[in-house]
Amino acid sequence: MSDISAEAPFRDALLDPSQAIPEGLLDGAGTPAGRRYDVYRNNIAVSLTEALETGFPAVAKLLGEQNFKGVAGFYLRHHPPKSARMMFYGQAFGEFLESFEPLAKFPYLGDVARLEFALRESYHAADHIALDPQTFAVEPEALMALTFRLAPSMRLISSPWPVYSLWAFNMAGGPKPIAGAQDVVILRTEFDPEPHLLGSGGRAFIEALAMQTTLGDAYEEALAIAPDFDLSSVLSLLIAQGALQGTTQ
Amino acid sequence: MYDAHHQFDALPPAPGVGYKPQHWSDILENPAPVQWFEVHAENYMGDGGRPIAQLRYLAERFALSIHGVGASIGGAERLDPDHIARLKHLVNWANPVSFSEHLAWSTHDSHFLNDLLPLPYTTATLTRVCDHIDEVQSAIGRQMLLENPSSYLAFAESTWDEPDFLEEIARRTGCGLLLDVNNVFVSATNLGFSPQSYIDAFSVHRVGEIHLAGHDEDHDDHGKPLLIDAHGAEVAEPVWALLDYTLARSGPRPLLVEWDNDVPEWPILADEARRAATALAKVAA
Repeated sequence: MSDISAEAPFRDALLDPSQAIPEGLLDGAGTPAGRRYDVYRNNIAVSLTEALETGFPAVAKLLGEQNFKGVAGFYLRHHPPKSARMMFYGQAFGEFLESFEPLAKFPYLGDVARLEFALRESYHAADHIALDPQTFAVEPEALMALTFRLAPSMRLISSPWPVYSLWAFNMAGGPKPIAGAQDVVILRTEFDPEPHLLGSGGRAFIEALAMQTTLGDAYEEALAIAPDFDLSSVLSLLIAQGALQGTTQ
Repeated sequence: MYDAHHQFDALPPAPGVGYKPQHWSDILENPAPVQWFEVHAENYMGDGGRPIAQLRYLAERFALSIHGVGASIGGAERLDPDHIARLKHLVNWANPVSFSEHLAWSTHDSHFLNDLLPLPYTTATLTRVCDHIDEVQSAIGRQMLLENPSSYLAFAESTWDEPDFLEEIARRTGCGLLLDVNNVFVSATNLGFSPQSYIDAFSVHRVGEIHLAGHDEDHDDHGKPLLIDAHGAEVAEPVWALLDYTLARSGPRPLLVEWDNDVPEWPILADEARRAATALAKVAA
């Protein structure tokens, strides 16, 4: 029996392949364990890389498989998961991609990662009961006085890059992206979240609704930012996708 | 509102499989010969959506086992209170007939490493593991099962054999044991002991569930076989033989086939479950 436990060295060398294999670890014959220790190092690196590949398929396509594995290897060493809920691994991946010097030429990757992470958050978000469309069968004045609670699975992403088009081009057969800022709302009707491109003022409108602003005031706020704001297209999207729940008058 | 069922009070001594969402529609159509399901707790720690809806469906219709892979019971640091709270919430609403975890650790310095990592077997680590099991069992308000690990190496400082270590933990905490016969075979091959002797030394009367899974074959620095507990293939022939050896000692037990990577089509997994049923039939009580 050794005087000093190998537990701490075992832990400390797991994420750092440059560290020597810890002492005090044996094979069955009592000789040093050698590369048997690397099984654990490898299991960790492979499983975390696979989790990132599964969670960020559009980023993986944009980078190519080999590049993605390399980037994932850096990320997992600097940002190991903070909880056992692997479904939420990669929260800082967008920020990491933006600050990772070798990827400086691809400044849009961070927002694509944020969009993919938001899709995952939406997938696991709480369920809700969508508003009965009859709610809207009221006089215009009453309609404009309504406030809403928004679905817990709704997410908003804003980017100076064509983040929706980049995602759709890689994941959904969309057309080649054209430069320009885009706002995206992620909505989940039952179980499968989908991103939707928002027209100008759409984001301000949804953010206002989320603050329990009345429909009328949210409309005014959106118009103040975007004179061409199209209320009916955003509102019908939110209703059709069941993004509005319960009203308060 | 969901009403947690009480139609199952234990896992049946019959084949179960680890539930994979890929098999959802096959299971709705015909789950036979599978009689119960096991899920990894951590995959159902979201707030809603499809995973929670599917688990609710399974929990209403089948005996359910929840198997944790993230509590880090063998770890040197205190259990993550947020994780334990989420576990308690999950066990409360899904009301499984069994909850199990591993003799292993996965969290260090508040980082989760997504692997089942080994610990030395000493009097000090024994106390630590027992404290953690006491904490889990009081949080979830029920007995848990503790699973034997697969090992690729041993700690020089260990002073306990694994079966004795597990037996002593069970004796002190009142937990049951989950015997993974693939893990026994993997560890025995990797560390050069007899898997039958391990089973002989194991307190099989405490076993509430048996696991089966496939492994990969590799080699160490000296060209000696090194088996990897990969859960990505059929159960190997010598593991089926070890299962027969085990069941002859233990009698019928709930048997779970785990297949977590390169998940096959349902009929292939169902065939593995059928073979497990055949092994059970040989030792029918």
